[in-house]
Amino acid sequence: MKAEGVGIVSYGTYVPRYRITPDEIGRVWGVDGVAMGKNLNIHSKSVPSPDEDTITISTEALRVAMTRGGIDPRDIGAVYVGSESHPYAVKPTATIVAQAIGATPNLTAADFEFACKAGTAAIQVCMGLVASGMIKYGVAIGSDTSQGAPGDALEYSASAGGGAFILGKDPIIAKINATQSYTTDTPDFWRREGQRYPSHGGRFTGEPAYFRHVTECGKGIMASEGTTPADYQHVVFHQPNGKFPQRAGKLLGFNEDQMRYGMVTPWIGNTYSGAALIGLANVLDHAKPTERILVVGYGSGAGSDAFDLTVTDNITNFDRQTGTPVQQDLDHGMTINYSIYAKFRGKIRLSGE
Amino acid sequence: MTVARFWRETLRRYNLGASKCPECQAVFFPPRSVCPNCSVHRKSLTKMEACQLSGRGEVYSYTTVHEAADGFEMQVPYVLALVKMAEGPMLTGQIVDVDPKDIREGLPVRATFRRLRADGDDGVIHYGYKFALENGAAAKK
Ligand SMILES: [Zn+2]
Repeated sequence: MKAEGVGIVSYGTYVPRYRITPDEIGRVWGVDGVAMGKNLNIHSKSVPSPDEDTITISTEALRVAMTRGGIDPRDIGAVYVGSESHPYAVKPTATIVAQAIGATPNLTAADFEFACKAGTAAIQVCMGLVASGMIKYGVAIGSDTSQGAPGDALEYSASAGGGAFILGKDPIIAKINATQSYTTDTPDFWRREGQRYPSHGGRFTGEPAYFRHVTECGKGIMASEGTTPADYQHVVFHQPNGKFPQRAGKLLGFNEDQMRYGMVTPWIGNTYSGAALIGLANVLDHAKPTERILVVGYGSGAGSDAFDLTVTDNITNFDRQTGTPVQQDLDHGMTINYSIYAKFRGKIRLSGE
Repeated sequence: MTVARFWRETLRRYNLGASKCPECQAVFFPPRSVCPNCSVHRKSLTKMEACQLSGRGEVYSYTTVHEAADGFEMQVPYVLALVKMAEGPMLTGQIVDVDPKDIREGLPVRATFRRLRADGDDGVIHYGYKFALENGAAAKK
């Protein structure tokens, strides 16, 4: 799918400050956390403060993008927030985020849901609206504060963070050459309405779900663009842990150099809808003009969205310092123990709650 | 606080909406309709301009709260500070993501968007500004 002339005008990310290690989580459950961390290729994961949620993370990420791009909020025609942890079941995240950046009332807004790929789905919708001339700029956000049940394998990876992308035609720092999706009905991971923690299909989550969709979608977009892995300087995958994207990259024929900047989960954990977008942001933080980027997102249920991008000359003068560059979030954080973590994440419930 | 009352304060809590006196340039938060500095001359009446604080300021004074207010139980101990904004007004707000022993007067802070409180498990969630140390400010002690 093509959307002529559309690209990324600006972007911003937000990752909560706190970190916890697999070692510390394993200590509480009598599990070898160090081995667990090695298995998942996760050194630490981010933990949100009690007063942070998908709405605050989305707002902070978008404010950074607005400032970096020098965007007038009145030029924003759409705000879409993709997440599987919207604070309200009914009452949009997007309206609060739009109000908080001063873009209301003359715009359209909605929340998107598709497990971890709701943010990339939002990018595709914005591409269409911008290309058709219906709006000047569209905002696509992927953001989550996901949780694993205490003691569950997901507890070692589920973290919090988000990325905000402003799509438009001018001036763009990266052109989106094409996008392509691969979608099937695959029950690898779900959470029923009213349930606090998600359920997953165990080993079913790997081969028929993540790997099939990511590799098929990646192959598909390269086939229609007439490219091979050698044409890309950078590749970004959805990264539920640090191991899956490494293997997906190998299966598709990418090397470690190409995957280097797109990998963020080993240091901040799986930010779900934020994961591929924060990976892309880190690539853009380091990218040079003319470099080509392949992004393949994934959402359980299941589907993959791929994007083929080319960095433009505008990246040279683009403000990549306002807010927190992704590398800083990978390198720094405030490490907490399991007691503080349990308190922060509401795993301790006060009587009467 | 009622849903309606909080909603009316959205501009101020979400976006730090303030007002500025065109005569003496003083900035007020919360916004005022008349400038107290110039009110003798009634010059500012109907002329106050809406503006937005940059969110940047510095810690003027602070205290560490150990006895949580309702809804803040999970955050104790936390730092509550008077923040002198770059534009002049003094705001009260929580300083987030900081060890109370790392805070001191004069540290640069910036406004950050956070959950302020939630009305129980089924009520509305209120959002607004709190403050965070500017990148690296704590490290420079
Ligand atoms: Zn005055």
